[in-house]
Amino acid sequence: MSSSTSVRTDDPPAVVLTGITKRFPGVVANSDVHLTVRRGEVHALCGENGAGKSTLMKILYGMQAADEGTIEVNGEQVRFRTPSDAIKAGIGMVHQHFMLADNLTVQENVVLGAEALHGIGQKARKRIIELSGSTGLNVDPGVLVEQLGVADRQRVEILKVLYRGAKVIILDEPTAVLVPQEVNELFDTVRGMQQQGYTFLFISHKLDEVRAIADSVTVIRRGTTVGSADPKTVSSRQLAEMMVGSELPSPETRESTVTDKVVLDVKGLKLMTPDGSRPILDDVDLVVRSGEVVGIAGVEGNGQTELVETIMGMRKAGSGTITLQDKDLTKLGTLARREAGIGYVPEDRHRHGLLLTQPLWYNRILGYQTRKPTANGIWLDPDGAKRDTERIVSEFDVRTPGIDVPAAALSGGNQQKLVVGRELSGNPVLLIASHPTRGVDVGAQALIWDEIKRARAAGLAVLLVSADLDELIGLSDTIKVMLRGRLVADADPNTVTPEDLGSAMTGAGSTSAAVQETAVVEEGEN
Amino acid sequence: MGNLRGKLLPPALAIVFSMLLCGVALVISGANPLRAFGAMVTQVGKGTTLVDIINSSGIYYIAALAVAIGFQMNLFNIGVEGQYRVAAVVAAVVGGSIALPPGVHTLVIIIVGALAGAAWAAIPAILKVTRGVNEVISTIMMNGLAIGFSAYLIRRDVFGELRGNNIRTPEIPESGWMPGISFGGSGTMFGFLFVAVALGIGYWIMMNRTRFGFELRASGESSTAASAGGVNAKKMVLVSMLLSGAIAGLIGLPEMLGRDHTFSLNFSAGVGFSGIAIALLGRNHPGGIAFGALLWAFLDKSGLALDNVGVPREIVTIMQGSIVLSVVVAYEVVRRVELAAEQRRVGRELGTVGGAA
Repeated sequence: MSSSTSVRTDDPPAVVLTGITKRFPGVVANSDVHLTVRRGEVHALCGENGAGKSTLMKILYGMQAADEGTIEVNGEQVRFRTPSDAIKAGIGMVHQHFMLADNLTVQENVVLGAEALHGIGQKARKRIIELSGSTGLNVDPGVLVEQLGVADRQRVEILKVLYRGAKVIILDEPTAVLVPQEVNELFDTVRGMQQQGYTFLFISHKLDEVRAIADSVTVIRRGTTVGSADPKTVSSRQLAEMMVGSELPSPETRESTVTDKVVLDVKGLKLMTPDGSRPILDDVDLVVRSGEVVGIAGVEGNGQTELVETIMGMRKAGSGTITLQDKDLTKLGTLARREAGIGYVPEDRHRHGLLLTQPLWYNRILGYQTRKPTANGIWLDPDGAKRDTERIVSEFDVRTPGIDVPAAALSGGNQQKLVVGRELSGNPVLLIASHPTRGVDVGAQALIWDEIKRARAAGLAVLLVSADLDELIGLSDTIKVMLRGRLVADADPNTVTPEDLGSAMTGAGSTSAAVQETAVVEEGEN
Repeated sequence: MGNLRGKLLPPALAIVFSMLLCGVALVISGANPLRAFGAMVTQVGKGTTLVDIINSSGIYYIAALAVAIGFQMNLFNIGVEGQYRVAAVVAAVVGGSIALPPGVHTLVIIIVGALAGAAWAAIPAILKVTRGVNEVISTIMMNGLAIGFSAYLIRRDVFGELRGNNIRTPEIPESGWMPGISFGGSGTMFGFLFVAVALGIGYWIMMNRTRFGFELRASGESSTAASAGGVNAKKMVLVSMLLSGAIAGLIGLPEMLGRDHTFSLNFSAGVGFSGIAIALLGRNHPGGIAFGALLWAFLDKSGLALDNVGVPREIVTIMQGSIVLSVVVAYEVVRRVELAAEQRRVGRELGTVGGAA
């Protein structure tokens, strides 16, 4: 367990947030938040997706200004206008999405923007090597970042904030991109650094991790702090109830509805990088049956996005065939594939799912511009689109004052409900859902899960890509593990654990009977 | 209605701002701004100025529509200038060398103009679709080629003839003309203006009621979302560029069919570039473009009066430039304010707390 001995209680607390309130257009992201972080502790901030954790941390890091409330660092009240003010006060942040330049070396990435501290030469290099030890980074500062794995990139991010003199380090969902084994290594690093006097603010919604690493926990729900707990005595269940405020939704599906009717049949799918140097998808075979949810597990960047986009016709496969219900889609464009009966919930709803400045009913037409009820031949049918948007808004509980507001005005969860509702319209035979509940609130998450389960029971075939292993295990009838562009293993969602999946995802191999390797994984990773 | 306010406020602000700017410029140069603006307004009632303004705005309108089609999907057809030049000379050559019954003759000239404009636009379109060549660069270069190409076509040893001091294409027979509406001493309005109005209506229907218009707008709003929604980006580039070129091919026709009946060395130039400014000013909306075209033509024609009151006419160019610049800024400012207001309104109506970040 964590070493509470290093927590000093007599000093003023490292960080005190008092009465922080932040309003965004449309929502109050934080209201009257109170948070006290003692020096030398690992303080976890827990809350569901969309509860306002990230906003709070952006305020503490000077990326956004609070509308109300005060921030105290080491007993002194401070006012951060920019992140550099926060850095000067000794606060550093490691973002969930890495902010590294792949084509620069570790040293260049660390020094970038902080050239004034130790220059860019030998002095900087020496300092980086000194600090590397505490982050557990065992690579030469001259190595290019693109050659590093995810865990090492994260260490480079931590190194960056240490180099800038941070004593309080904010880790924003640091484990989201890691597999369970890497999580353990990260926790070892955190404990080691805690001994050296660093303070951590650990943001997560994964309760087991919070209980494993934190010295104290503050729970945030719907934008406000609802209480704190001692991680040594509180149970995951109690924490979860604090977070959600009610009964937890569960992705678990009950009885199997899998039929033997093949809906999607992908054979030998290959896709090369644009320069043709290496395959992104390597000989992928995949079958999804009616009433079946096939989940794809994998560390991000192993070809899941490309697989989905190739099946959707947004990328052109090098070779292989894609068949939907005996219809060969291989040579068809995206629109024809949609018309053949594929619904598509893209992983990034802002980039791929919505026309943000257009009204909701106009968004209803996207992807359905050739079909009733939104179109009639070459003519659009705005009335039909509006009527059907009303239906989606009521059936999928999209919280909006009307269908004429721009999509950008809705919260993420409501945008996603609109997208899911649209993609389940027109009786699709296959739904491709990429991270369908990423970044949405818990209510929307439960609704989306329910809708997927209902459609599955009605015979829909679902291809589910998700980084949320609980979601994947809970919803899927079959799980396939993707690694470096290949489907390398099958897992049985009834017996597999997230840890087993994690092993298979990194290619470490698994001894679990629940995971069966389907292909030989080449040796010699970076 | 907040929506209408959002549409009308920016151009109004921009015009007021640029008038102030020009007023300051006039004061600095020692002239009386009120007198200058007054002279411009009273000029409208003199001689043929009003009809000139309307004729000229019809031409600008067509040019701006051609540009706007590309703008809808963030495709910058800077080549309208060259497309209409080439189309005009080709239409004049064909129109002057065939004999057809009235009406049919005119129609053939119009179709030839549209096809020639589309053909000239096809080159940058194909380059963009197949080789990824940026259309801004290729269309600008095509403009240069168009000047040389049209000059070549009217050489005396090719299709041209010498008339007085001017080289021009053979005159189009009367069967190919398009009659106008005469106002006696106040001038004659081009019959082609009705075509311009019809184009505006057709453009509105296409943008708001057809699948093609939807795909065009979706591509302009978010090319990634459009492609996920099944819009074929390459096809859209090709079709919208050809359509833009075809409309550009009509720009020279009001004057040619209604007044000049030939393409000559002193054929009006620069309309394509004005079209870009007017499309920006009108926010690609057929009504807004009509307003922009009228304003542009007013400034052009009434500016002539400035010489009479001893003010340099170039002040009009400053005004046109500052209007475009400030309208672009004003639209963006108003857009952001309106979006934020809309989000606040949604939040208020739902009374939500949380669910952000």
